[in-house]
Amino acid sequence: MRKESKAVKWLLIGISFFFIFVMLVLPLITVITEALKQGFAVYAEAITDKYTVKAMLLTVEATLAATALNTVFGLFAAWLITKFHFKGKKLLGSLIDLPVTVSPIIAGLIFVLTFGRQSPIYPLLEELDIKIVFAVPGIILATIFVTFPFISRELIPVLEAEGTDEEEAAALMGADGFTIFRKITFPHIKWAFLYGVVLCAARAMGEFGAVSVLSGHLRGKTNTLPLHVEILFNEFKYVPAFAVSSILVMMAIIILVIRSVVEYIGKRESENVH
Amino acid sequence: MKRSNKRIIPGFGLSMGVTLAILGVIVLIPLASLVIFTAQMSLSDIIKTITRDRVLASFEVSFLTALIASLINAVMGVVLAWVLVRYDFPFKRLLDGMIELPFALPTAVAGIALTSLTADTGIIGSIFARFGIKIAYTRIGITVALVFIGIPFVVRAVQPVLEKLDPSLEEAAATMGASRRRTFWKVIFPEIMPAVFTGFGLAFGRCLGEYGSVVFIAGNQPFETEITPLIIMSELQEYDYASATAIALVMLAASFIILFLVNLIQIRNAKILRGGGKSA
Amino acid sequence: MKKNFKSYIYRSLIAVSAAAVGLTSFAGCSKAETSSDGASEGSASGGTVTLTNVSYDPTRELYEAYNKVFAEHWKETTGQDIEITQSHGGSGKQALEVANGLEADVVTLALEYDVNAVRDAGLIEDGWVSEFANDSAPYTSTIVFLVRKGNPKNIQDWDDVVKEGVGVITPNPKTSGGARWNYLAAWAYADKLYNGDEAQVKDFIKKLYQNVLVLDSGARGATTTFVENGQGDVLLAWENEAYLSIKDYPDDYEIITPSVSILAQPSVAIVDKVVDKRGTREAATEYLNYLYSDEAQRIAGDNYYRPSNEAILNEYADVFDLDVNLVTIAQFGGWDEAQTKHFADGGVFDEIYEEK
Repeated sequence: MRKESKAVKWLLIGISFFFIFVMLVLPLITVITEALKQGFAVYAEAITDKYTVKAMLLTVEATLAATALNTVFGLFAAWLITKFHFKGKKLLGSLIDLPVTVSPIIAGLIFVLTFGRQSPIYPLLEELDIKIVFAVPGIILATIFVTFPFISRELIPVLEAEGTDEEEAAALMGADGFTIFRKITFPHIKWAFLYGVVLCAARAMGEFGAVSVLSGHLRGKTNTLPLHVEILFNEFKYVPAFAVSSILVMMAIIILVIRSVVEYIGKRESENVH
Repeated sequence: MKRSNKRIIPGFGLSMGVTLAILGVIVLIPLASLVIFTAQMSLSDIIKTITRDRVLASFEVSFLTALIASLINAVMGVVLAWVLVRYDFPFKRLLDGMIELPFALPTAVAGIALTSLTADTGIIGSIFARFGIKIAYTRIGITVALVFIGIPFVVRAVQPVLEKLDPSLEEAAATMGASRRRTFWKVIFPEIMPAVFTGFGLAFGRCLGEYGSVVFIAGNQPFETEITPLIIMSELQEYDYASATAIALVMLAASFIILFLVNLIQIRNAKILRGGGKSA
Repeated sequence: MKKNFKSYIYRSLIAVSAAAVGLTSFAGCSKAETSSDGASEGSASGGTVTLTNVSYDPTRELYEAYNKVFAEHWKETTGQDIEITQSHGGSGKQALEVANGLEADVVTLALEYDVNAVRDAGLIEDGWVSEFANDSAPYTSTIVFLVRKGNPKNIQDWDDVVKEGVGVITPNPKTSGGARWNYLAAWAYADKLYNGDEAQVKDFIKKLYQNVLVLDSGARGATTTFVENGQGDVLLAWENEAYLSIKDYPDDYEIITPSVSILAQPSVAIVDKVVDKRGTREAATEYLNYLYSDEAQRIAGDNYYRPSNEAILNEYADVFDLDVNLVTIAQFGGWDEAQTKHFADGGVFDEIYEEK
């Protein structure tokens, strides 16, 4: 199958490594070296600070919530868009994608306009004593918003390429929707699904702009890790800011390692069967 | 014939219901408030706001840099996906694992790190400075930041499709004597094109709205390197919600049109694939 | 084997969906939680009062030190514990968030204009400026030049800054509250130089901004551009921020105080609507009042803010250049007028850039 010359292969690999090295590795190295500039003690102090720990917990909470909700949404939406024909499908697809392309500042702003003091429903929220903006629910909403299409977007192209023949056949044989999904659709999309979840989680963790507009920056209450980085930076704490960023890098690496392991086990198991 | 499969596969009502409900709460209602807010301005005021010279210049900066950055990412995304799916080489898993990192790094940190690398005192910047090329604080710098932000989109859109691609097609093409290059353009590329478009569209939209990383590297000179999100931010700073939402609405409309076109291409391609690919 | 894996993926999928449902209801609970929190905060009966102080970026160390001192003071006088939650960010953005529903008992912002925005939202009563001494500005600052060690371009005053070939770093006055002080300080100097001939003053300001290499969105970004990335010859900075840079890099930079600058008055105010709702007016008032105590004034001085108390200011005579001629915002007709004339859309600042 691999008919192209060795030269092309290694050229492409070389380009890939060079690109990733310059665009990704160098900035990350900058983060790490800046974080350790004043020695490990300063670094350790920065990452064990009580506000850093609280920010980390909040980030994990928001990431889990956003990924979970988007998983549910992504599966339903991808199923809907690829398995059925209906009017307004293109419109629906575009609306699902829209949040990614909305400037994070606008993303935050729209929730402030919807649930903040300017909103017609604010008196009602105040009556019920429900806080959305400048509180944890707002942060979770913003995180869901910015990662909204990530899972469905990974699934749709694969399902498109798959077509609907197999599902139709199964349905004609009397299988119910759940069984069809489990037995036929899901095996095809599991890797794309995994990519989507990883992408969503990674993006949710690092979201800054939208959350920044909605959080209120209450120290120890509504600060996520990226916001904590911003605050440290604005306080002339250059080194601790980079130290806290390195936590995010490590969290991302952990997620990516988990993905690789699951993927590896999965591939090996399916190979064993063949 | 196409019409009928709506009835065959079950679950239409349920998936439509769930999709619309979540979409409504998370996306449609909040976006509607943006439109309502803008509607407080008269149409002529809106037009006046969005056609101010400085705003127009910022549209140019934002669109141009986002376009170039997403084109670079489209090309590099296909190369990366190809390399990751088709070849075996040392550190492949590492390379694969790194793709999502730009997402996890807060954009502000990315901006600060890239600026210190590409300023004329930085490692990369000093090399280019010798040839008289400035990266940080120019439009090139903005493009660099946007490339960073957009890396994962195309790679991760193309990768699963390439993985699922039926090798028998390529083999058939090869046995029929097609050259490798011809096989790529005629057999593989049409298959991955919808995914490339999806990735490109998402990357482009994302780049268009990017704020956190760009403000550090851009220099923010009006008419030269001032991006639209920064203008929106300065309107907000003046408590001018109406102007901010009006400009935001223009960007929103632009992103929506791009995405709509992408989806159009994608769905048409999927149809061609289904109609021609499988049965042929 | 394959079956195992499939069921594994499958089980995890179910788990994730369950988690989604769980978390959604959890989010609901946390709403309820915060609300009950709010109630207990409001009635100070529990023995612990909580206050939220929404401030701007460079005051963190100041308030970290002050909050400790104030907690002791409050415990001594009332026997209650007090807990203060801080929020820091760009001044304008912080004001906007309070106006949009961020529950702050007190605001301590960079300029009067930002507090007025909270007032305009109906949260602060008119006349807040005279509620505390010294125009409700317990500490002040001014705009100075930060130059590279040895001052290679020999920058001594504003007219050196506009000379050809001098690279200036200052944030954008449209996005940064602090940068408005920079702009107005330069204006005040030119105004004096040209005896109020506005055409010449504008020309001076235009030359200044033509020398600006990077127009960052905030003060911190501008400092990074100047200090970490080595751009430009002079940074227009708040005095307290300039001293922080000197503290970090004592061998690389020096501070030049121009002959004329502006008296930057960071304003403090009680957010009336919020303290009345939460029943924290007494604590909030004392919190701001105590900023004028000798002890708090010295904390301000230690953090490079100029104490408003003359006697204590003189204790810091070796730190601050007290000879500088400081004009006040009143010379510009107050913030509302200055804002409309200079920084609003189509104002003088826009003109400078659009007349290219």
